[in-house]
Amino acid sequence: MEKLLEIVKLSVHYHAKDKIVKAVENVGLTVNEGEIVGLVGESGCGKSTLALSIMRLIDPPGSIYGEIRWRGRNLLNIHEKEMQKVRGEEISMVFQDPFSSLNPVFRVGDQIAEVFRYHKGSSRRQSWQKAAELLDLVHIKDPKQRARDYPHQFSGGMRQRVSVAMAYAMNPKLLIADEPTTALDVTMQKAILELLKELKTTMLFISHNIALVAGLCSRIYVMQAGRIVEEGSSAEIINSPKDPYTAKLVSSYKEINLEANRSQ
Amino acid sequence: MLKRNKLALFGLIILCSLSIAAVLAPVIAPYDPSEIMENEIQRPTVKHFFGTDDLGRDILSRVLYGGRISLSVAVVAVLVALTIGILIGAISGYYGGILDEIIMRFTDVMLSFPSIFLILAIQSMLTPNIYNVMIVIGATSWMGIARLVRGEFLALKEREFVEAARAIGASNMRIIFRHILPNSLAPIIVAATLGMAGAILTESALSFLGLGVQPPTPSWGNMLMDSQTYLLDAPWMAIIPGLFIVMAVLSLYFVGEALRERLNPKE
Repeated sequence: MEKLLEIVKLSVHYHAKDKIVKAVENVGLTVNEGEIVGLVGESGCGKSTLALSIMRLIDPPGSIYGEIRWRGRNLLNIHEKEMQKVRGEEISMVFQDPFSSLNPVFRVGDQIAEVFRYHKGSSRRQSWQKAAELLDLVHIKDPKQRARDYPHQFSGGMRQRVSVAMAYAMNPKLLIADEPTTALDVTMQKAILELLKELKTTMLFISHNIALVAGLCSRIYVMQAGRIVEEGSSAEIINSPKDPYTAKLVSSYKEINLEANRSQ
Repeated sequence: MLKRNKLALFGLIILCSLSIAAVLAPVIAPYDPSEIMENEIQRPTVKHFFGTDDLGRDILSRVLYGGRISLSVAVVAVLVALTIGILIGAISGYYGGILDEIIMRFTDVMLSFPSIFLILAIQSMLTPNIYNVMIVIGATSWMGIARLVRGEFLALKEREFVEAARAIGASNMRIIFRHILPNSLAPIIVAATLGMAGAILTESALSFLGLGVQPPTPSWGNMLMDSQTYLLDAPWMAIIPGLFIVMAVLSLYFVGEALRERLNPKE
């Protein structure tokens, strides 16, 4: 398998007035072509920061150290203009909250069309055509009709489908999904997971839900307080966690499941 | 909105009538506004509906032509203020940091000048013509809009859709103008409406002081100036242009207030 993304000794520090907050510290992570890799950890452990730093979307006072090797280049060294081409075209991202990740004043079709207009310089007509095709691909009925609607006319699950369509528009090499199902109810979660699997894109899937990740991913990284504490295949992590934190995460989900079963 | 708010409807009707009258002035004005028709001031008669001024010119025709000048000065001045205010506010709010600090302190300095004196000072250095009036009024009234836009940008830039726009590779300029600005249009429209009322007043004040639109071109402000000497003998010379100013400004306030209520989701 070919290495697509290799993160080496990555740290993200926020420089506050009198101290440095180390949001991500010395993280190594690899994603191979065709793989779905999971990144698990509790809220605030640095998962999203890590995801954003891959896209180089960390704003001052934050700064990124280390190396992000992407198809023969270190993304931390390239020019911002080149980075803008990488974003959306080679690496793209699905965000957590479908209620705020779509621009409220854009028609849904325009939001997706924007990607084509930006990266390909496509005409309005062409990009709308493609936007409708993408809406169809993410299973939105009447795509041509619905493309004219505004985000508030869509349900949460459908909005997340739109976000997926936007991220998938340029057929990126890597899709970073940052808690894409957290804001949705259980049935919608399942549907979005199915959809993501259908796309067959290499994916870095971020979640706090270890059970969900284990079902989806081949390999898992467990993150705690900015560091990777354990990595391994899904089976290894679930069945024989080596790190005490991982063991706790796994057992807590098992307990919840047991209780849920009992109460049924 | 209009059904609930009779004042706004009233304002809108007045505003439309004034604008149409201004645009169609050459068609509907009974006489040439600069033509000296009578030997002396005449009170309103059938021939001269609003009377004539000290030079014997028809006031109805002058007030219609004056509306063209006053309204177009207001519109252009507001456009100038919008351009400067939006640019400065957007950059300040979006980039933040030291740049924001510098820009905002500069804005504060501009705000702390009594603007009419600033305008007078600048105007006295320039040739007083209507283009300079437009630019000077615009260039001294952008601060409110800049602060407003900055505030909107500060709030909007933290929203996730901005992150999402960056994640599809949009550049900063594209994010500012295509993704964030349309979200802050509502308060900008309100500010522009109210700003137009202010611009009409400033233009009138400037022309009244002789630093604005120059005679013989009529504007509501310099018609008022002409009337000063005859205030007791020929009050209509002051009342007519004054009435037009009041109507235009009040209507803009009514419409602006209604828009503010309507477009502000918090109320």
